[in-house]
Amino acid sequence: MGAGHHHQLFRAGDTVVHRLPPQCKLVAVVAFAVVVVATPRERFWVFGGYLLLLAAVAAVARVPARFVLRRMVVELPFVLFAFAIPVIGLGERVTFWGISLSVDGLWASWNILAKATLGVIASILLAATTEPRAMLLGAQRLRMPQLLVQIATFMLRYLDVVLDAMRRMKVARESRGFQARNLRQAPVLAKSAGALFIRSYERGERVHLAMLSRGYTGTMPIYREISADVGQWLTAAALPVAAAAVLFLS
Amino acid sequence: MHVPDGFFTATVSIGAAVVAAAGVGVALRRAKQELDDRTAPMAGLVAAFIFAVQMLNFPVAAGTSGHLLGGALAAILVGPYTAVLCVAVVLLVQGFFFADGGLTALGVNITLMGIVTAAVAWGVFRLITRVARNRAAIVAGSFVAALVSVPVAALAFAVLFAIGGTAPIDAGSVAAAMGGVHVLIGIGEGLITAVTVSSVLAVRPDLVYGARGLAKPLVLRTATGEQVVTAPEEPQAKPIRPFLVGAGIVSLLLAGVVSFFASGSPDGLERVAEDKGFLGQAGDHLFGGFALADYGDVGGIPVGVAGVIGVLITLAVGLGIGYALRRRRKVTT
Repeated sequence: MGAGHHHQLFRAGDTVVHRLPPQCKLVAVVAFAVVVVATPRERFWVFGGYLLLLAAVAAVARVPARFVLRRMVVELPFVLFAFAIPVIGLGERVTFWGISLSVDGLWASWNILAKATLGVIASILLAATTEPRAMLLGAQRLRMPQLLVQIATFMLRYLDVVLDAMRRMKVARESRGFQARNLRQAPVLAKSAGALFIRSYERGERVHLAMLSRGYTGTMPIYREISADVGQWLTAAALPVAAAAVLFLS
Repeated sequence: MHVPDGFFTATVSIGAAVVAAAGVGVALRRAKQELDDRTAPMAGLVAAFIFAVQMLNFPVAAGTSGHLLGGALAAILVGPYTAVLCVAVVLLVQGFFFADGGLTALGVNITLMGIVTAAVAWGVFRLITRVARNRAAIVAGSFVAALVSVPVAALAFAVLFAIGGTAPIDAGSVAAAMGGVHVLIGIGEGLITAVTVSSVLAVRPDLVYGARGLAKPLVLRTATGEQVVTAPEEPQAKPIRPFLVGAGIVSLLLAGVVSFFASGSPDGLERVAEDKGFLGQAGDHLFGGFALADYGDVGGIPVGVAGVIGVLITLAVGLGIGYALRRRRKVTT
């Protein structure tokens, strides 16, 4: 959903988590998410353990709980959906407070809520402790195709420019008395989208020419070599390994 | 709406991730032909545009509002392969930076919102603009392409859900609900896409990928007579691509419709069973059985043979398309 995005994603800091090379953090978070998704949903305490692990990471990285909670609004649409599952689910039913609920549906609802929440918290912590540019460099170290990394780099760099252009159009529309009331006003918004596309595309052309005149040949120079030593990999592996330990030992 | 972690079983997530990686790999190669060495900056700006346009809320009715998904729009404006790349990057950024959409569900999200949407939209668009090549046909084609792409993506979601969803909801009702809601969303998407394409056509027709070859030749009128300076760019005839895309649409529709009917009758049976009070003796629901498969004792990874077969079929289709495209590329170049 587009509505929940706002811009304060990265929290500058100088902690162990901040200093870890981005590629280690990326691998650790994805591995953690895989362990979480593979956990059988009946094991309540294991999910509690995962939450404690994430809380420990947040504490080490000095990311306040309020910051994480505020950013968790992204999850809202699916939370609403998760609450609907027990009502429309199939199978054996129980009556709870006068509402007939599906037992399997309750399990599924819990499953989605728990796993989605843990995944969202892990991503929020990753974004909060890793500079966007560093994250892309990390992805490149992990052999993500150069072209994709470059596209993502340009997207992130010009995202605010494009969003600002859109905001200016909104101000211009509204200062001329425009109000979006129903679908009949949609063509006006669509024309704004068309104008925004032309502006973005033409900006892309100018950026490309400017890059060519500065010697762009299809690859971006890397000024900061980020390599990770064994110790840093082991530090980053602490999260998924601990999660797997919680899963198998409990 | 982005699928979060835990919505699909691990098998389906991994299978979809492989399909998404193969699709993005094909798109990476072909996008260079659509945009030559400008690919990175142009696709980056278009990705930022899609991200921005997804925040443009338009009112639907009675206080509810929707927002553009943008897959069809991107396919028509910059070409299907660049569109897949742009949407994939938008989803990656949303997943890793904005925590929107689960990291393990990235494959599902990219497959549905990027590959399926762009392929269906471009296929429908090409079918329509092949019949008539003028501005009205392009605008109408944009409308129909966007309109069709949204519910088809929703049906593809329902098919994945039937194979390996974690919630015990009847697959038929998922397909019906998702399809129904997304037909409505698709109408809004189609309307906005058509007007957007039309307004870009009015200002910079050369930017609309789907309208290449539409420009009239530049003619010099001199005292000695008229002289054609530039020939209009003819898009090369590519007979196999629309066929492949069309086949994809047909199979997707079949899968959606067939799963709808396949699950319809056991649902009816179950209702009868409930009425008659022998539900306890009845076997599991045809698709419910898949969903229940993640009760398995092996670390939550379902061992349901059916789920694996479904993933294998999806994989085979994806790899087959990739292989066909690659072979064709070798022949043409």
